[in-house]
Amino acid sequence: MAYAEPVEAPMLADQPLTMDELAKVIARDIPEGAFANLGIGQPTKIADHLPTDDQGRATVILHTENGMLGMGRKAEGDEVDPDLTNAGKVPVIETPGCSYFHHADSFAMMRGGHLDVCVLGAFQVSERGDLANWSTGKPGDIPAVGGAMDLAIGAKDVFVMMSLFAKDGAAKLVEACTMPLTGVGCVSRVYTDHAVFDITPDGVRVRETYGISLADLRERMTIALH
Amino acid sequence: MGRTALLETADEAVAGIEDGATVLVGGFGLAGMPFDLIDALIRQGAKDLTIVSNNAGNGEVGLGALLKAGRVRRVLCSFPRQVDSYVFDELYRAGKIELEVVPQGNLAERMRAAGAGIGAFFCPTAVGTPLAEGKETRTIDGRDYILEYPIKGDYALIAAQTADRLGNLVYRKTARNFGPVMATAAATTIVQVTDVVPTGDLDPEAIVTPSIYVDRVVQVAARHYTVEGAR
Repeated sequence: MAYAEPVEAPMLADQPLTMDELAKVIARDIPEGAFANLGIGQPTKIADHLPTDDQGRATVILHTENGMLGMGRKAEGDEVDPDLTNAGKVPVIETPGCSYFHHADSFAMMRGGHLDVCVLGAFQVSERGDLANWSTGKPGDIPAVGGAMDLAIGAKDVFVMMSLFAKDGAAKLVEACTMPLTGVGCVSRVYTDHAVFDITPDGVRVRETYGISLADLRERMTIALH
Repeated sequence: MGRTALLETADEAVAGIEDGATVLVGGFGLAGMPFDLIDALIRQGAKDLTIVSNNAGNGEVGLGALLKAGRVRRVLCSFPRQVDSYVFDELYRAGKIELEVVPQGNLAERMRAAGAGIGAFFCPTAVGTPLAEGKETRTIDGRDYILEYPIKGDYALIAAQTADRLGNLVYRKTARNFGPVMATAAATTIVQVTDVVPTGDLDPEAIVTPSIYVDRVVQVAARHYTVEGAR
């Protein structure tokens, strides 16, 4: 059969998305029943938008690398328990069916490829899926990696959530990362405020855009977009 | 009767830790940090210590206090730089402390290997990154790995919730974190708990750290720690 010409990535919003709106888009793409890790910082917002069943229970099971599956929302008031935090050291609550385990087990779970998806922030991503998110490489910075390198190579799908352009206007999805790498060829999809990109063996494909046309996106970026 | 010593005070529990010792310190931030044992170690006076812990102290409590007291020569950790790690930051910037940054999972697995008698292992984490520089690499079934060596402690200082009088341990929620791994990886494992129960009272199916890994136990008051202090 004859294939239609590829449809140009649709522009789905008049404006670039806020990080909250982007979190909602990512939540939409995490399948029900998945085991997911939402890292620290911005990606933790995704938890607020995950699908729930008819009893209001989340249908995605969240992993936190400090040793828990079935992590619940941020704790409020009397729920705060210093022995129960997420990877960002923010107090959280349990969900029914949650479990605890020690650090070696938690990272074996990750490194062993058992997690379906993790979502990480990034300074830069290369068109081959290399990730730079742990060190700016500036002299005098104190290096700190945490679980970033373990997460980058561990989950079946590694999604990045970031703003597309740095403060100086340069795109952060680049031909090759100039900052120190966290992982090589590990990112499968990049969610940004201006567009969503798939990293494929044939190059970077634009899935959808927000407040910018594909033509304008090509203008502002240095890599080839398919 | 078991071989595990049940001691009256945290000071007795940390007796004998030598200058220059490698000490594994449990905790992820403040959760699971053995505050009473660290405070006792500060009073005990051992110096030139190598500390293995996930972080490099928060505020001036626990590990932060040990660093501030100037007892630590070297830190192996995954995430030293935090909003409240100013004690470490100043020591590091002044060149008064050495740092080896280790990916969090490698930190845990290297201690697991030490406790499990593994000589070294090939690990995919950090391949192609600055933290792999100088490390032996191998391609196995088409995937690249780097060789990682065990981290063994002279002592482990950890916190658990409950011990029985034999030294079997149960932890509490995410405060479990590094405790069970560190307990296996040190020559002498010292544990602070808030509850001690008669032998036989813990459900054998629910014991997380079997007593074989535990050398000294001390019961301490349950306290709620923040970076501002205990209450």
